[in-house]
Formats: sequence, structure tokens, C-alpha cells
Amino acid sequence: MSALIQLRDLAKVYQSGDGEFAALHDVNLGIERGEFVAITGSSGSGKSTLMNLLGCLDSPTRGSYLLADRDVAQLSRIELAKVRNEFIGFVFQNFNLLSRTTAAENVELPLIYARVPPAERHRRAREALERVGLAHRAGHTPSQLSGGQQQRVAIARALVTQPPLILADEPTGNLDSATSVEIMKLLTQLQSQGMTIVFVTHEPDIAAYAARKLLLKDGAIISDLRQQPALEKAS
Amino acid sequence: MISPGETLRLAGRALRRNKLRSFLTTLGIIIGVGAVIFIQSIGEGAKSRVRAQIESAGTNIVMLFSGASQGPGGRGGAGSQPTITWEDLRAIQTELPSVAAVAPQINSSQPVISETNTWNTQITGTTPDYFVIRNWPVANGSLFTASDQASAAKTAVIGQTAAENLFGPGVDPLGQIVRIRDAPFTIVGVLERKGQNAMGVDQDDGLFIPLSTFQTRMQRGLGKFVPGRISISAVSPEAIPRVRQEVQQLLRERHRLGPDEEDDFSTSSMAEMTSMLTSTQDTMTLLLSAIALVSLVVGGIGVMNIMLVSVTERTREIGIRMAVGAQPGDIMMQFLVEALVLSAVGGALGVIFGVGLGQVIAPKFGWTMETKTQIVFISLAVSAGVGIIFGLYPARKASRLDPIDALRYE
Repeated sequence: MSALIQLRDLAKVYQSGDGEFAALHDVNLGIERGEFVAITGSSGSGKSTLMNLLGCLDSPTRGSYLLADRDVAQLSRIELAKVRNEFIGFVFQNFNLLSRTTAAENVELPLIYARVPPAERHRRAREALERVGLAHRAGHTPSQLSGGQQQRVAIARALVTQPPLILADEPTGNLDSATSVEIMKLLTQLQSQGMTIVFVTHEPDIAAYAARKLLLKDGAIISDLRQQPALEKAS
Repeated sequence: MISPGETLRLAGRALRRNKLRSFLTTLGIIIGVGAVIFIQSIGEGAKSRVRAQIESAGTNIVMLFSGASQGPGGRGGAGSQPTITWEDLRAIQTELPSVAAVAPQINSSQPVISETNTWNTQITGTTPDYFVIRNWPVANGSLFTASDQASAAKTAVIGQTAAENLFGPGVDPLGQIVRIRDAPFTIVGVLERKGQNAMGVDQDDGLFIPLSTFQTRMQRGLGKFVPGRISISAVSPEAIPRVRQEVQQLLRERHRLGPDEEDDFSTSSMAEMTSMLTSTQDTMTLLLSAIALVSLVVGGIGVMNIMLVSVTERTREIGIRMAVGAQPGDIMMQFLVEALVLSAVGGALGVIFGVGLGQVIAPKFGWTMETKTQIVFISLAVSAGVGIIFGLYPARKASRLDPIDALRYE
């Protein structure tokens, strides 16, 4: 089977005033299924831009992006929405749960847009919450949950459609270190169950959980290292 | 796009989340639709009351007036110059096949004196046929007769309002004596209650005496011409145009009017009066409804305003939904359906409000309410239309948001 993600000469260029600004250029990258990848770099290095492109929230200016063998570089907004729904689960730094909406309903959200009937939706949402250890909190709204619990609800939402790819943007950025470890353990566990996880972080100890670490600088990948994940080392 | 049921459920939840705001937004629509329903119902009620009143006067009546009703200035109004003779009247009655009955009538307002009271009322001199034409039977006693007519007897038939005012409530007027211009009249019959006519005049406030008596007592002497107005009843409502035509032809012949000469009489039918009066009502109702519609549009602008606020407030929610796979069309539908629900619910409540308002207010002013189902459906459709039209722009705006910007929105 070919790579899940295949980027070729990818570039994102913004028009700014008198000239062009390349937020990302000449990016060539392949990510296999089941990989656990950290994208690191200082702010302004282009890691957010890369994340948005990988997440099909944005289209590249140049280059090609094959996601599960499908060229998604120049799709329409409608097609991109379908791809996001089917292939990608998002985890955000600030959780991005709908307020005043229960955990279960938040988890169900992607299934609504996947046109899954209500009964099956409820069942799958419950299963996803079980996988992140929050089944007992299904009826709670985000304001009734701790930060770590909210992020776990968000992870349940990301995996409820069983997408091949989970993208996490600074998943521990708003959490204390103990909770961060908990979340990274959960992501590691999901990866060991066969999911592909790509996350962005600027903290070296969080990046240490990944098996592969990309370093971006000025819009280009300057290093691509395999490493022994932190949890494997510990055990 | 996701299913309509799902979209509706989403909209309902979003609106319930801001109950007060949703209600206040809806209020604009409620007042607009309520006003339309109220005005239409009152207008329709007034119209059918006018129609009923005119019909209570008899549906197949043609009124015949002496003198010219139209022509160059300087001439008097209808009936100002008597031109119709008793011979003409007899000819109308006997020669025209479409005519059922003919009754002249002369009115005069006079004080009537009973043993206990004096009451100013309308005295009408007429023939027994009048009550047949007007479809107005006696409730008690009998009408004056043709022989009363022939002998100019001092008998009278009384309306219920006049009777109550002359004799007091609960007193049987039959056999009582009243004095008109010093002449004693015996009450032989009490008419059934008829109510107001189209002009709002209480038809029950009156006294009816034989035409011959009226002429000798009130007018001194029988003339060649028939005084006052003449009621003619057609054999059927459909025969009214024919009656008018036949009467015109007959009188022109009898009055030896040349082809260039104008009629020296005029006719009018109740149908004409009905359509004239109801068309006035229609114009009023239309005008007021137009004003009410303006308030409905203002309500629509309120919906648009609140939907725009809602889109801005929920930018991040829109971003989240887009990130997990909502298509632009899904977002558009969500907000459009919200606007539609707001205004449709407002429309439904407005119908209830309008009808309720009518039920409370109408009796206080003696108005009649008549809510047509047609108007209810039109109002509901218009308010739903308002929701769609004014919801379209905010919904489009929401669907065109960039997911990255929307997710980053604080």
C-alpha cells in the first residue's frame, strides 16, 4: 500500500502588499499509515500552514497533495468538506467543543455531516467516549468538564468517524504537564491501535512521544528524524 | 446536504438557547401578522354585516325615484320633482311580468304621543305590499289591510324600538292608542325586530300607517303624483336588471319621452348599494392591510438583524462544524431554517394573537370578526417568505466563512 500522505513540491504563497510571502515552499513529505509524527518548529516556521493544508482546511498554491491516493490539492469547498469528514479527525489546542452541548452530542457532530442515522450515531459516540475513558461523562457539557476531559472529548470526536488520519494542533498547549502526559498517552495508545497521528507542537518533551520528528524553519522542512518514542523508552 | 429533519432539530436547539432573544425577534413578525389578521377579520366582518343588513332589506328590491337624479346643475335630487303618477304605479304592477309587488313609501319624522311618553320617530306611509317586499312580518297582531288603505283608517303598525320607547318595556303595544298631529291611531301590529340597516339606522324605530292616511293627515289631499320613493320587488334576484329595464321602458313610453330626452325618474338596486358599500370596505381593508404588511417587513428586518448577530457570535461554531465536515450548503441551510422557524413560528403566533385581539376588542366596539382561512394561510406563507428572504443574506454570509478564520475567531 502506498503512503497515506504524499506531498510533492507543496507551496503556500500569500500575497502581501508589494510582494509575495511563501509561508511554505518545496515541501516533499510522505507519511505511511500508522505513523506517529510530530511537526515542530518555532512560531512563523510554517507549521500551522502545513497543518491547515494537511487538514484540507486550505488549498496549496502549488504542488500536489495525495491523501489516501486521492489528489486533494485543488478540490472545491464542498469536496474538501467531504474529505475532512471522511478522512481526517481534528484535535485543537483550545479543544473547540460546542458550548452548552453535551459531550456525546459533540462527539456525534461529524456523524451528522456524514449522514449517519441518529440511533447509530448515539451508539458510535458512546463507543468513542469509551475509548477515551469518558463514557460516564457523556451527558456533561464542556463547562462541566476539566481541560483534560474536554480534550479527550475532542479526541473522541476526532476518531468517531474512524478516519485514517488524526491531526492534532498543539493538543497539550492549554493543559498542565500532568494532563499533557495523560493526553499523549492516549494518543500513543490510539496510534498503537493502528491510527495515523500527526501533531504540531513546539515543546520538545511533547514531540518526544512521536516516532518521527519533523522540524520546520522558514517554510521548509529542515530535518526529518526517526526516534524512539518516549513511552517505549520508559517501558 | 443533511436531512431537513436534522436541520430543523439543529435550528430548534439554537433558537431555544436564546429564548428571550428569539421571542423578541419573533415579536416583530407576531405583531405584523397579528395586525394583518385583525384588520382583515374586522374588515371581512364589517363587509358581511353590511351585506347582511342590505339583504335584510330584501335582496330583490329595485328603488324607483321621481325626478332627475343626474343631469346639469340646477336640478334637484332624486324625488325632488314628482313625475310618477298613480297610473304609472298601477301600470308597473300590472303590466310588467318581472315585477312581483310595488309599494310607495313616504317618510316624515314626527313626535308620537302615547299615554305615558312622547317619542320622535319615523312615520312611514305605505301599502301592505311594503312588508311583503321588505320580507318583514309582524311578530304580534296584524298588518293594516287594503280596506284600511282604501278608507284611510287610522291604524298603525309599530317597530319594536319605537314601541319600547312609547310604552315602556314589557307592555303589549297591541290596541294602544297613540296620537300623531292630534289624530288618534290604533296599534294593530308589532313588527319583528329587523336591526340596523346598511347606514346604521335602527329600522325598528318607526311607525307605519296606510299611505292614504299619511297623505290626508300629513300632506293634506291626494295628488296626481306618487310622493316619496317606490319599492319594487322583482320575482327573483336574477330578474333585477330586467325589472329596471322594463320599468325604464314603460315609464319612458308613458311619459312620452323622446329619444334625446333624459329619464325623469331613476332606479337603483340593492345589489348596487351592496357592491358600492362593500367596495368601500375593501379599499379601507386593503389600505390598512398594506400598513400592517409594512410592519411585517419591519419584523423581517428584525429577523435579518438578529441572524447577522447570530452568525457573528457563532463564527467559531461554524468553524468547528466546517472542520468536522459540514459543507457550505449545510451551514447555509442551518441558518436559513433558523430564520424560517423564527418567522413561521412568529406567523403562527401572530394568527393566534390577531384572532385573540379581535375576540377581545371587537365586542367592545360592536364589531364582527370573520377570519377567512384563506387569509390565515396567506399570512403564514408571507411570514415564512419574509423569513426566507431576510434569512438568505445572513445564511450566505455564514456559509462563505473561511474555516481557518472561523476557527481562529475569538
